[in-house]
Amino acid sequence: MNEETSPSHDRRDFLKTTAVVAGLTVAPGMLLYGISEAKQDDEAVSSKVRWGMLIDTSKCADGCDACVTACVTEHGLTEESTPETKAQWIRKVGLRDKQTGKVHSLPMLCQHCESPPCVDVCPTGASFKRADGIVLVDKHICIGCRYCMMACPYKARSFIHETLENQKPYSPRGKGTVESCTMCVHRVDDGKQPACVDACSKDGHKAMLFGDMNDANSDLSKKLKEVNSSVLRPDMRLNPGIRYQGL
Amino acid sequence: MKVRLKFSILGNICLGVLLSLAVSAAEPSSSVTIPEPPKAKQNFSDTQECVAPIDEIRRNHGDYLKHHRDQTMHHGIRTTQHSLVACINCHVTADSKGNYPNIKEEGSKHFCNSCHNYAAVSIDCFQCHATKPETP
Repeated sequence: MNEETSPSHDRRDFLKTTAVVAGLTVAPGMLLYGISEAKQDDEAVSSKVRWGMLIDTSKCADGCDACVTACVTEHGLTEESTPETKAQWIRKVGLRDKQTGKVHSLPMLCQHCESPPCVDVCPTGASFKRADGIVLVDKHICIGCRYCMMACPYKARSFIHETLENQKPYSPRGKGTVESCTMCVHRVDDGKQPACVDACSKDGHKAMLFGDMNDANSDLSKKLKEVNSSVLRPDMRLNPGIRYQGL
Repeated sequence: MKVRLKFSILGNICLGVLLSLAVSAAEPSSSVTIPEPPKAKQNFSDTQECVAPIDEIRRNHGDYLKHHRDQTMHHGIRTTQHSLVACINCHVTADSKGNYPNIKEEGSKHFCNSCHNYAAVSIDCFQCHATKPETP
């Protein structure tokens, strides 16, 4: 019996030592990742990062639509359309408390849920969540069935009804597909902030804060730890990446 | 025997028709112009014109683009070697007045369509993707 087990001990020792060696070689790589801020072009996104946003509704000015305009310009959402079918990746919503009369103004966009209903219902796999938490539509696969639009509790998605021309190179859009806020994924991959966040701080409101929710040292994480923030429709347990302060 | 003979005659006629068709297809037709895609803005390197050897890129560019699109879409890999945007940036050039060719026009000088029209291979890329480099 002992004779039979002794070779497996050797094997276990061998595995242990290889694991230690592997650990040593992996560690410097991990450290490098922690230091470098922006992702390399040839590097795949990773779940170590989760992009998110904190929107301070007390700073969001009533009547200001800088974020919406920035989004329209950035992604070229300028096609002629009816008000009912116009693409809206971000919109301003006014809330009024019936009891107190207090009015809130806030931007509504794709909430980039951790468990997105749009991804659950998509019959083709076109709706998907990237490893870093950004929810996207792969329009190469989208058949335009609009199940995701029905499933989204935030009404964050739009369908393109018209033939489009002069699209932006980094933001391809086309008739017959569903689209929504991409969290400006082309800018984020480039180490920049989404266009709406930039526009908001440029206008001096600074109501939108973008960052990595998984990085304890990011401005966003520090702020989230400090202030009371809430998500929209917490009853659905979707854990959105967009959080609101002052609601 | 009679039936077999009939068949062989029929076979000969068919072969003759096919041969004559093949010959007529091989003759250059005056109505179809050979594509002359515009020159790219720059060479990839001193020794190589495009991002892969010309023979390879001509044969495989569709596969490269399709592979790269999934890498970019799902994994955020944004290298430029096989990216459609980079192809367009280098290959779609403006004329002397600064106008870019319209891909939808008949006989367009657009880099992609000039060949694809000739080969009768329709591509859907440009229903969504930009057909020209971004102009500031």
